[in-house]
Amino acid sequence: MLKTTPFHARTSALVRAQTWRRWAGYQMASAYDPHPDREYAAIRNSAALIDVSPLYKYRITGRDAMRLLDRTITRDMTKLKPGQVYYTPWCDGHGKVVDDGTVTRLDEHAYRLTSADSSLRWLHLNAAGMQVDVEDISEKAGALSLQGPLSRAILSTVSPADLGALKYFRYIDTTIRDIPVGLSRTGYTGDLGYEIWVDAARAVELWDALMAAGKPYGLTPAGVWALDIARIEAGLIMMDVDYFSSHHALTEQRKSSPYEINLGWAVSPGKGPFNGRRALAEERARGASWAFMGLEIEWDTFERLFTAEGLPPQIPNVAWRTSVPVYDAGRQVGYATSGCWSPLLKKSLALAHLRAPYAAPGTRLGIEITVEHKRRRATAVVSKLPFFDPERKKA
Amino acid sequence: MSERVSSTGSANAYDVIVIGAGANGLAAATRLAQAGRRVLLLERADALGGQGAVLEFAPGFRAAPLGIDPGWVPPAVARSLGLESLATDTSDAPLSVAVAPGSFLTLSRDAGRAAEAIRAHSAKDAAAWPAFTARLHRLADFLGALYQTPSPDVGLTSMADLPALARLALKYRGLGPRDMIEFLRILPSSVWDLLDDAFESTPLKGAVAAGGIQDYRQGPRSGGTGYVLLHHLVGAPAGMVRGRLPWAGGPGAFTAAAEAAARRAGVTIRTGAAVTRIVVRDDAATGVVLANGEEISAGAVLSTADATRTLLEWVDPVWLDPEFMHAVANIRYRGCTAVVLYALEALPSVPGLASPEALAGLVSLTPSVRALEKAADAAKFGEISEHPHVEITVPTLRAAGLADGGKHVLVARVQYAPYALRDGAAWDAARRDALADRVSAAIEAVAPGFGGRVRHRVALSPRDLEERFGLREGAPSGGELGLDQILFMRPVAGWGRHATPIRGLYLGGVSAHPGPGILGGAGWLAANRLLEDGRGGKGRS
Amino acid sequence: MTPRYDVIVVGGGHNGLVAAAYLARAGRKTLVLERRHLVGGAAVTEEIFPGFKFTVFSYVVSLLRPEIIRDLDLPAHGLQILPLESTVTPLDNGDYLAGWADPDETRRELCRHSPRDADAAAVFGRLMHHMAMAVKPILGMVPPDLTSLSPRDLAGLLKLGGHFRSLGPERFHALHKLMTMSSADYLDEWFEFGPLKATKSASGIIGTFLGPRSPGSAYVLLHHYMGELDGAFRAWGFQKGGTGGISESIAGAARAHGVTIRENAAVERVLVKNGRATGVVLEGGEEIPASIVVSGLDPRLTFERLVEPRELPDDLVDAVRRFKFRGSSGKVNLALAGLPDFTCMPGEGPHLRGAISISPSVEYLERAYDDAKYGEFSRHPYMDIVLPSMIDPNMAPPGKHVMSIFVQYAPYDLNGGWTDAKREAFGDAVIDTVSRYAPNLKSLILHRQVLTPADIERMTGLSEGNIFQGELALQQLFFLRPLPKWANYRTPIRGYWQCGAGTHPGGGIMGASGRLAALEILKAGS
Repeated sequence: MLKTTPFHARTSALVRAQTWRRWAGYQMASAYDPHPDREYAAIRNSAALIDVSPLYKYRITGRDAMRLLDRTITRDMTKLKPGQVYYTPWCDGHGKVVDDGTVTRLDEHAYRLTSADSSLRWLHLNAAGMQVDVEDISEKAGALSLQGPLSRAILSTVSPADLGALKYFRYIDTTIRDIPVGLSRTGYTGDLGYEIWVDAARAVELWDALMAAGKPYGLTPAGVWALDIARIEAGLIMMDVDYFSSHHALTEQRKSSPYEINLGWAVSPGKGPFNGRRALAEERARGASWAFMGLEIEWDTFERLFTAEGLPPQIPNVAWRTSVPVYDAGRQVGYATSGCWSPLLKKSLALAHLRAPYAAPGTRLGIEITVEHKRRRATAVVSKLPFFDPERKKA
Repeated sequence: MSERVSSTGSANAYDVIVIGAGANGLAAATRLAQAGRRVLLLERADALGGQGAVLEFAPGFRAAPLGIDPGWVPPAVARSLGLESLATDTSDAPLSVAVAPGSFLTLSRDAGRAAEAIRAHSAKDAAAWPAFTARLHRLADFLGALYQTPSPDVGLTSMADLPALARLALKYRGLGPRDMIEFLRILPSSVWDLLDDAFESTPLKGAVAAGGIQDYRQGPRSGGTGYVLLHHLVGAPAGMVRGRLPWAGGPGAFTAAAEAAARRAGVTIRTGAAVTRIVVRDDAATGVVLANGEEISAGAVLSTADATRTLLEWVDPVWLDPEFMHAVANIRYRGCTAVVLYALEALPSVPGLASPEALAGLVSLTPSVRALEKAADAAKFGEISEHPHVEITVPTLRAAGLADGGKHVLVARVQYAPYALRDGAAWDAARRDALADRVSAAIEAVAPGFGGRVRHRVALSPRDLEERFGLREGAPSGGELGLDQILFMRPVAGWGRHATPIRGLYLGGVSAHPGPGILGGAGWLAANRLLEDGRGGKGRS
Repeated sequence: MTPRYDVIVVGGGHNGLVAAAYLARAGRKTLVLERRHLVGGAAVTEEIFPGFKFTVFSYVVSLLRPEIIRDLDLPAHGLQILPLESTVTPLDNGDYLAGWADPDETRRELCRHSPRDADAAAVFGRLMHHMAMAVKPILGMVPPDLTSLSPRDLAGLLKLGGHFRSLGPERFHALHKLMTMSSADYLDEWFEFGPLKATKSASGIIGTFLGPRSPGSAYVLLHHYMGELDGAFRAWGFQKGGTGGISESIAGAARAHGVTIRENAAVERVLVKNGRATGVVLEGGEEIPASIVVSGLDPRLTFERLVEPRELPDDLVDAVRRFKFRGSSGKVNLALAGLPDFTCMPGEGPHLRGAISISPSVEYLERAYDDAKYGEFSRHPYMDIVLPSMIDPNMAPPGKHVMSIFVQYAPYDLNGGWTDAKREAFGDAVIDTVSRYAPNLKSLILHRQVLTPADIERMTGLSEGNIFQGELALQQLFFLRPLPKWANYRTPIRGYWQCGAGTHPGGGIMGASGRLAALEILKAGS
């Protein structure tokens, strides 16, 4: 049997079209409605409630908790203040990304790490010779992501927290109704939003409280499909979709450094020793040979491919996650790993790995599109990420 | 631990710090000093010698508890250290095995004489013996060649290694087709199979097989014991099937000569100086911190302590790759040998033993391979053998100076006494005494009246060996000699050539290639590597 | 007169059949001679009791080479492999450890026992994948003669060296560890939950006279993953109708290519004239000429029984004598009136469609080994239990079942030798041990067949009852299998070849030995 999240009692009743999927061994809703558009719209227009419990979660405490994290991740842990959150990748000894996630400094001595893949073994290997406790709280804690322009308004009706003071990538312990929760101003949508961490035993209560409070604000439960579109617009990568964890990659070529997946900003070269430091310093000096960029597919060239077949342009209503070749003239210079039609930007978008010389914003490349069983190319213009970055995200 | 950092920014007093003044440390320090490096040799104990150290275990009685087999100095090391003239005692030190109380089979180094003795048990075996020992000698000799060069490794071998590699390949070819195959066949084989294929006499097989399990927590039936047998025969003269020749000047002769060589070369030696930390800055070793808090800076550090202590206890883990640390943590040490030292009023009388001189050689009290295997069974489950394998020697027969007043010392090596006991039980005095009682009883069985001649008895459990000699898990091997822990896999895969992931930090103890019993072998290779890498400054020259 | 056959294959085991099929496919007139009334050797299905079909000896398929399946189009001749995907280990505390077909389900199950092991299992699985990839080309290589300077052998050595270099240091070292370590030590580096280590290490001791703590037992761990690697081709599972169906499908393919198969035709010896094989003589005196004779029998039979020692060089005779067989496993086949009820998983569940492994701890396995070392069968043996009738209902009458129990250790050289009484005592020990986990078993037994290594030798001809035609130990692998200098399927007698599992790569229903031998014969002849 697959696992179910602490919110399953509520979410399962809402899935109207049996659109289930797997996420890290959990049974999860792809969408609640038969059609995910309304769920996506809520993320950008009102607010959406997304069950993100399948994230792996670890509570790290003990004398060397900070040292463990500092040696593991690429950002400088010594600068992470209590109540602050980092988004960060972490690497193996060769500077290739193992996983990415968040590190929250819960208080002076306790940290929480979230990751896409199970990290217990890696943390234990990293903790050799240190005094540290790593507790896997993945199943003990439920997590909800409350995302959208009205998320703050909704929260303020049920929580005493000073939400105005809770800045982007900050964390507080508070309550929702009388339920103790951890609240971070984070998310995977690139919008104003919060992630809420709760004891699994009180998860259903939390769901009910938020849904009740959100009703007047149009709060809508959203599934993975809606989230996927939002994260592509926000240029946020997904492990084993946009890059392979170096622990999963079956070949060397499949591995990526942070510089190659647009996370160079999250590598702190001046910090103390950490996994991959030497390799990353060399790569920085050399310049990465790959870049991870956005692609905006030019509508006219796209439409023309369909018109030639007597068809209207076909736009999927969910994101795609297959590898698609990208060309410069006749030569393949990269590949896109996921993409979608952005209902908000009215553009067809993709996230792509490009060889460095072809990665400058504005470069015009060709992306493969299969039209009526034939491989065609549409023009795609290289763009900086994110595609969508509203002011409210950090305001 | 004190974090006092007192580096002044002025030039280091030393180019290289060598940790541990056993055979390897002395060899490494000497080699480095000869190359012009200013070398500081640090020894935790008050005396030098490491595993070869001689202790006064009872008033007026001395012994080298781990020196039953004195080991072998590779010619290249001997040359480098000027030890060519260090003499071995070439008198015949036979291997004897108890067939039954009052009856021994004694194998002289002279194959003809040994064959003569074997004939009483099996004419067929007697006929096969000379060829068998000659083959062991040839194969061990080839292993010896492998032990004097950095171990070849796939992918790591550089152009500069090619000449040495070609020499090895030629030497291998020189074995001839039959021995080329035998070499490959014997390494993974068990001594049980090896001896079953060769002989029919039970005590003969038992006598030789014990070499395949020496300090190895496996029984003779285990694959790889064929290699262990050969390993302990590297450098042994033809005809010998256990151990190597003792020093003419007694067990302490090697250490004394090596110390003199080190001092001649200008090495500064400090005893009672226990390292607690290796200082690393920017991925490079820059010195050590001693137990008293003193920090000593140097351009490079060469440790002859075991790989686990050096890398996992002395280096801050943040400098090491987690997978690498995991590999180091997985090194199997598994000490399983105990030593019992007896101070004797008089030489024991052993009925049936060819001559009293046989006691100067090695006397195995285990009459069969099966009995060795049975003894090993207990160790698998963390238990002490009910009938341990005991082998004894009386070193005072050759080195009378070890005991005052014409008295004698008997050293018993005992297997299996696993370091890690079942359910975490402790190696307390009661267990140690119980084991020593079993050993005394086993000796008494072949030497009636033995107990009456014992003036003192000191038993050293693997726990004691760990404490006294700094041997992790009490293992003289510095990492058991499994086929996955030798050559380019020693101490861990990919790091078989004495360097470590920390720049300027080298491993040159028995944990490193070529391992235990090859005196100075690892230290000398590690020193060469350090010099090739140009670490530790250019020296004064 | 011209012989009717170009090639005679002695022994209709799966390797003999594969070799014959490849030879006939290349146009050689080929005759297979099988001593028994049916082909298959140790891969046979027999109706021992009316209505109950037993996969008498070998019982699962793991490693049948996909290229053989393709080249001989075995599915067209009846190859149909059904999934056998789970392994359940009953534990002494009444719980169980399960590995299921679905990775998420397996992960969840492992997490119940050790979250770290669940994590490690995923990483371990990927490493094994790499190791299987690294070994796969070696399975398809003709071992060179290390001591030879002939261009062919040097090219072989270079190819091997090149392969190892191409792996890169990390994978080469990992492979080295796998080839030399004990399975228990190897698994200790990865896992902490004892029953998991025991169950995994059990696959490392099957068919060998090694315990899980014996160095050299780790590499057989790979076998499981080899099956997984080729899993896309469904090479892992249970053949419809039992493993005899595999032999029949190969025989069918062989016949389709023109091979003549004669059952009840025991070869007395191979005819040799002037150092060259000229045919065979059957028991009863019939002589059949052929210019090439291929032995699918094990090395002892190939070199000691089929030909006169005087035809062979002394060092080969010595080496054959030293070649280790040491059958260590037995088999108990049961006809059951109903389904066993396992205390750890009561009732009829998915576990009954997979393997049940009696391997509660490494110590349990090691103690089972210790019994055998000193010439006794294990009082509490390791067992791998399958209910073939749960996978293929045609194996037993409706509602009734067959149970196949692979048992280790049962030494060929039992103290005092195997007698009928000892065989029954061995059978009782097996049933008693299974009954500890499935108490209703005894009440269900309609018939039982107990096979000791001595029985396996008597029935299949396999020397000392070794199911791999010789121990799969490092000193008997690759260019040492079966004999140095003669690992390339040839023998010192011209025209006399070997193709059994006693040659590289050997072991399991793989067919690789037969294929490689046939390809070498064809190459030599062209």
